[in-house]
Amino acid sequence: MAEDAARKPIVVFRGVSKFFGEVAAASDISLEVAAGEFLSFLGPSGCGKTTALRMIAGFEQPSEGDVFLDGVRVNDIPAYRRPVNMVFQSYALFPHLNVWRNVAYGLLQRSPRPSRADIDRSVARVLDLVQLNGFETRRTWEMSGGQQQRVALARALINEPKVLLLDEPLAALDRKLRREMQIELQNLQRRVGITFILVTHDQEEALSMSDRVCIMRQGRIVQIGKPTDLYDRPASRYVADFVGKSNFFPGTVGEVAADSAQVTVASGVSLPVNRFGENMQLAKGDSVVLAVRPEQILLTRSAESLPQDSVVRVESRVLNRIFLGEHTEYLLSSEGLGEFAALAPRQSELVESPFETGEIVTAGFRAEAAQALAAD
Amino acid sequence: MALRRQKGVTALLVGPAAAFFLLLLVLPLVVVVIYSFGERGPAGGYTPAFTFDNYLNIASRGQAFLNTLMMAPLGTLLCALVAYPMAYYLAVKAPARWRVMLLVLIIVPFWASQLLRIYAWLLILGNRGIPSLLELVGLEDVRLVNTRFAVLLGMVYGYLPLMIFPIYVSLEKLDKRLLEASADLGAGAWRTFRQVTLPLSLPGVATGSLLVFILLMGEFIIPALLGGGKVFFIGNALVDLFLQSRNWPFGAAVAVSIVAIMLATIAVYMRFLLGRNQLRQEALI
Ligand SMILES: Nc1ncnc2c1ncn2[C@@H]1O[C@H](COP(=O)(O)OP(=O)(O)OP(=O)(O)O)[C@@H](O)[C@H]1O
Ligand SMILES: [Mg+2]
Repeated sequence: MAEDAARKPIVVFRGVSKFFGEVAAASDISLEVAAGEFLSFLGPSGCGKTTALRMIAGFEQPSEGDVFLDGVRVNDIPAYRRPVNMVFQSYALFPHLNVWRNVAYGLLQRSPRPSRADIDRSVARVLDLVQLNGFETRRTWEMSGGQQQRVALARALINEPKVLLLDEPLAALDRKLRREMQIELQNLQRRVGITFILVTHDQEEALSMSDRVCIMRQGRIVQIGKPTDLYDRPASRYVADFVGKSNFFPGTVGEVAADSAQVTVASGVSLPVNRFGENMQLAKGDSVVLAVRPEQILLTRSAESLPQDSVVRVESRVLNRIFLGEHTEYLLSSEGLGEFAALAPRQSELVESPFETGEIVTAGFRAEAAQALAAD
Repeated sequence: MALRRQKGVTALLVGPAAAFFLLLLVLPLVVVVIYSFGERGPAGGYTPAFTFDNYLNIASRGQAFLNTLMMAPLGTLLCALVAYPMAYYLAVKAPARWRVMLLVLIIVPFWASQLLRIYAWLLILGNRGIPSLLELVGLEDVRLVNTRFAVLLGMVYGYLPLMIFPIYVSLEKLDKRLLEASADLGAGAWRTFRQVTLPLSLPGVATGSLLVFILLMGEFIIPALLGGGKVFFIGNALVDLFLQSRNWPFGAAVAVSIVAIMLATIAVYMRFLLGRNQLRQEALI
């Protein structure tokens, strides 16, 4: 959806900053969200995700810059007149109202007020959408976390907002329920076609649900892109580290060609690297780090069995084995590369039994697995 | 074993309260009820007997009942109306660093005795107080003291903090995100107040009202001083019957009646409040 250039942007940030006293919760954020897109803000605690969301909802005013909603500058428009709705982290359901009243709340504020029959129909429709029919007269505090979460969703969706804002809506749920709700949310978004902006600090959640992910750090956007791009082409060491896991091997740049460069890692091996971080100008002699994902590194007891094009092969000692269910993670140490991690799928046990702590193995990866990033 | 120990702990915890309750509340009440069926002794006080005369006689104090039953609810209502905006300001609008000081300022006058504070009002409302100021602007002969107005003013003033604090607490603990949620769903400030803030602070109003109402029903200093004997409460009747005319059995009957009326009122009030809550939850709109 994001690549559909014909869609006009529904939310636009233009040079938006927000200061709380000395703290810059947002600095110079510029961003366009396409109509119908599912965008996530991802970042560590305190990086300004909630603040960004609250500026769209209208609970905070930008200190600098402009926020546009559907082409209209909304800096001075109060929250209750903005065509967006929010699902709060703790749901913020009205405790003195039953489910029906909670869900109908938005419609009851409209003037002229829709007819009772219309409201009934709308409530029934959204409760159907979130599979909560029959719960109309329940008190909200008599419901489970997942059910409350769906009431909060229904309460927002009934208003048919142009943008639905979700602030860590799944954080309070247990892992299994969270997974289910992620899928439900994603399906829901496709069905209703409303723009979703989700805040989360769970990278798995952001990657699996969104069309685009916006990675934030200390009030700034550090990278924005499709989940696969973020994972395969992180713009910086920060992103490579934050999205998924990565090993970072220090290296020195050798010969530089048009779209690749020879990089020599500490083990003495030189490899042609053709993926780089954003805006990197490499010159001979520069220091860089090579980011290599643990799942790109193959471990074996017999070095000959490594694929021929594995340019990097190092003898390593197994420091630790961590069983993760579907994978096994190994922590290793080698003279050339230092300490690093490798991930072995369970299938690999068909070929070789799991490695023991202290065992000497050979680790190998291809040149394509490495990406050169600024050394910081 | 564990169960027995638990029972022991429960007894230990409840025991003192139960003894206190029995000794200081139930016992006196029983004595009062017994007295109310007795007769006045020749020199006043009580002689044992069993007669309903005291209760049949109550109509002779009808005015005191009427005054109390009208002024106490009215005073409670006025008190709530004055206290709510103050509590709202304190809990919502006042800058956080001023809050504690403002709360303390509300209590400070109550470090002085009630008698003194009411006397002060007597001076303020008396002929050389506000009326003399009004004379300066040409309003002659305004009588403030010894009126129902003065009594009501005294009652509101005297019990305001008891109303402010419960309301303040209920407003203070109100989840601010509910207000944001309401705004997010399209409700302006006034609608949010009516639909979220007010209903969620009603428990505080109810607690405060109950406290103030019960105390106002037994009030006698304020009507005596500011009402000048014209506005006579049941409390004043009791003072008179027990201390002056020493007709203890009649006084006891009056006391039993007022306790009965109070209990009935509170029961109805609670039922109404609870029922209202239930209704809100269960009714669709
Ligand atoms: N009302 C406020 N007053 C002062 N500082 C604030 C306020 N709201 C946020 N901040 C500060 O702004 C920064 C960003 O806060 P924000 O709530 O946007 O973070 P976040 O990314 O949502 O974090 P989390 O994942 O923990 O929710 C933080 O340093 C925070 O302390
Ligand atoms: Mg947050």
